[in-house]
Amino acid sequence: MSGVHVTTTINGDEVDFVCPADETLLDALRNRLGLTGAKEGCGTGDCGACSVILDGRLVCSCLVLGAEAQGRKIETIEGMADGEKLHPLQRLFISHAALQCGICTPGFLIAAKNLLEMNPDPTEEEIRFGLAGNLCRCTGYDKIVRAVQAAAKEMRGA
Amino acid sequence: MPLDTSYTGQKFKLVGTRPLRPDGIDKVTGRAKYGADAFAPGQLVGRVLRSPHAHAKIKKIDTSKAEKLAGVKAVITSADLPDYTNGDRGMFDILENCMARDKVFYDGHAVAAVAAIDADTARKALKLIKVDYEILPHVTDVDEAIKPKAPILHDDIFTEGVEPKPKKPSNIAKRTEFGHGDVEQGFKEADIVIEKTFKTEQTHQGYIEPHACLANVGPDGQGEMWVTTQGHFVYRNQCAQLLGMDISKLRVTASEIGGGFGGKTHIWAEPLALALSRKANRPVKLVMSREEVFRASGPTSSTSIDVKIGARKDGTITAATATLRYASGPFYGMWAELGAMTSFACYDLKNVKSVGYEVLVNRPKVAAYRAPSAPMAAFAVESVIDEIAKKIGMDPVEFRIKNAAKEGTKSSYGPVYGPIGIGPTLEAAKNHPHMKAPLKKNQGRGMACGFWFNFGGQTCTSININPDGTAVVAVGTIDVGGSRASMSLMAAEELGIPYENVRCVVADTSSLGHNDMSDGSRVTFSSGMATVIAARNAIKVLCQRAAKMWDIPEDAVVWEDGCAKPAGANAGTFPPLTLKEIAAAAANTGGPIAGHNEFVADGAGVSFATHICDVEVDPETGATKILRYTVIQDAGKAIHPSYVEGQYQGGAAQGIGWALNEEYIYGKDGRLQNPGFLDYRIPVCSDLPFIDTVILEIPNPNHPYGVRGVGETSIVPPLAAIANAVSNAVGVRMTHIPMSPPRILKAIEGGPA
Ligand code: FES
Ligand code: FES
Repeated sequence: MSGVHVTTTINGDEVDFVCPADETLLDALRNRLGLTGAKEGCGTGDCGACSVILDGRLVCSCLVLGAEAQGRKIETIEGMADGEKLHPLQRLFISHAALQCGICTPGFLIAAKNLLEMNPDPTEEEIRFGLAGNLCRCTGYDKIVRAVQAAAKEMRGA
Repeated sequence: MPLDTSYTGQKFKLVGTRPLRPDGIDKVTGRAKYGADAFAPGQLVGRVLRSPHAHAKIKKIDTSKAEKLAGVKAVITSADLPDYTNGDRGMFDILENCMARDKVFYDGHAVAAVAAIDADTARKALKLIKVDYEILPHVTDVDEAIKPKAPILHDDIFTEGVEPKPKKPSNIAKRTEFGHGDVEQGFKEADIVIEKTFKTEQTHQGYIEPHACLANVGPDGQGEMWVTTQGHFVYRNQCAQLLGMDISKLRVTASEIGGGFGGKTHIWAEPLALALSRKANRPVKLVMSREEVFRASGPTSSTSIDVKIGARKDGTITAATATLRYASGPFYGMWAELGAMTSFACYDLKNVKSVGYEVLVNRPKVAAYRAPSAPMAAFAVESVIDEIAKKIGMDPVEFRIKNAAKEGTKSSYGPVYGPIGIGPTLEAAKNHPHMKAPLKKNQGRGMACGFWFNFGGQTCTSININPDGTAVVAVGTIDVGGSRASMSLMAAEELGIPYENVRCVVADTSSLGHNDMSDGSRVTFSSGMATVIAARNAIKVLCQRAAKMWDIPEDAVVWEDGCAKPAGANAGTFPPLTLKEIAAAAANTGGPIAGHNEFVADGAGVSFATHICDVEVDPETGATKILRYTVIQDAGKAIHPSYVEGQYQGGAAQGIGWALNEEYIYGKDGRLQNPGFLDYRIPVCSDLPFIDTVILEIPNPNHPYGVRGVGETSIVPPLAAIANAVSNAVGVRMTHIPMSPPRILKAIEGGPA
């Protein structure tokens, strides 16, 4: 394998990996770095299960090349909690039963965190459109939207 | 003596509360391990070569070039999967579906597979396999497939269930019939008779996690498999049979499952992964792409259904018939049969008949999809029910209440009902504020009822009491949406210890006896009942140990609030012994304390739901928006109400997608045109409103807590409820699902839809 050497920052840690030039960031995260929290639901940018934050922007890691991570900053679900302390979204997803099978959950949490960073006080409609890139087949989204509303409120200190 | 597990009506301390689920933290931190998240030393990547043709003879497969490619460790075809099915046609169909033998039957049918050192090499190897096909005429439409000139898929299938036995092979694999009374006479007594034909398109379960497994078979013939499945015991049994292995030599561990909805009750590529691993003598990880999931796993039937219902002016239904044609893919399935059984199950009918035809077509093998076959039948029946109510001038809810089945009704599929919830869900709908909310222009309201049997089945469960007084519940059913929380609640309730002191795990196939699939909404019912019985068995042991510690007779000990207490004349007076104290002393009183249960869980409680839905249809584009949605369903008993609500909401959302958008689209070439989430559009967050739920609890007399099972019924009414709502909004009866914008426009413009 003639690979590309990539140095990047993931969840605050500097890491190195070598991957083929055409390998996706999702595959690199999962298969080379053991970060399997990002899931592959489609591989074509349609389900959001692979969501990560790249330099502050929400991306589908299945549509980004591993090589593109060079010199950038990546946040994944594995870095969302602060040690033992869950992020409010994580805690409220559990208490609101916003997950059933949970395969979509890492993607939703990453997308919701990004949404609330950009818009701390979203309306229901803004939440629904903000999360429209993430598919969930189990919940009908009801409890997901309620969990995000509760997290927004808590994070605003309201 | 078997324990009495009938309904007790006891007051609960924990059951019915909403504690945090035990797998929550793992699932919000990315630590939970699903099918594709396991790795083994030296693992290879497995990939499957699939047919581009809908129907073709395989003349020759040349794998020699692929085998020579550096990095390829194994290539398999059907020659590597000899037939061990011993004349069992059902298993042979599974074998043939996993890997085509003489013919391919659908676009996406597997023809060969490779294992290579990486994905790139595996992909290249697939390109080097040369398959020589002789293309045959194909048929993908359910109505076309039963026409006299249709290409025949199997020349050894003669329609079962007709007398005399047909002489010519047919694409109708089986005919089934249900009902009672005299429908001809019943139609004569009717003042109004309405007859209509309906169609529904094929949909996919659409679980977000593709099929994935990690298989490892060693040269000693022992194997292990990590797999996403709704039933690891059944996967083990079937894979072992297809590979000619002893069942004991194959250990299957179920991963966390990223959705199944019935689609993961069937084996697909798992035997291929095992065969590749055996041939390569290395672990093989095989993960389907989304395109493969659509083309080669899952879908439900496309259908064509005729319904005829007659009623008197006073609103009494006098007769009802349905003829249901369900496509089952290229292999026999009991899909039309289930449709025929469920079609009229909501009603108390004197004269009723339903006939099902299993139709073979060149599409992927149909798999169970949440209350399989019931939503389509309900769509057709509940649409005609609405039409009749309208013709008579009766409110659709009142009309249904008048004809609803009740305790003692002989159901259209045979059994006589015990206590059931159809009447109460209808009454709740009638009184729900949703029914009275005002509607605006281009808006419509619809409602519909649904039924599902719910299953029981073989179940084996163990509870081990640990030395520190905590307990582990080992179940063999899969946790698809929070059932470990429900099991822990039930075990804690029985043992009288805190919920947090119980840990529920899904055990692998070598740790417990056989468990049937996690299907038919059976997990909380059957594994729950098994957990209750196992806990009561453990309590018996705990009482025996307390008796020993006190040196009094065993029958002088009772269990109350998590403690053994002396009771009766010869008991003496001792302070209660807690479970923790008895567990700590176990080493000196007889060793480990456990309770087990293995049984066939009988007496699953039938389940009914009524849904109400408001829609707005844009008359210019034909697009439909769901404005408001209410689910009312009988749970028997909601063990963890949050996850019951979740099942109601999730089923409704899947039904909404099915009703409005989702469909398999085949080209003239017999190829699936939309095998991806972009073109096969499942509902996203912005498509839906909040989904209101009402949980009714009419106890199932056959379960100690009254549980019925809640997972499936919620997908039965939506197709019909939304079709009724859209029909009311546009003023034209909708008869073809999905009601996509072009179909709605056509209906508005006066064409048939
Ligand atoms: S896997 Fe990346 S969007 Fe679906
Ligand atoms: S919880 Fe299963 S896909 Fe969202």
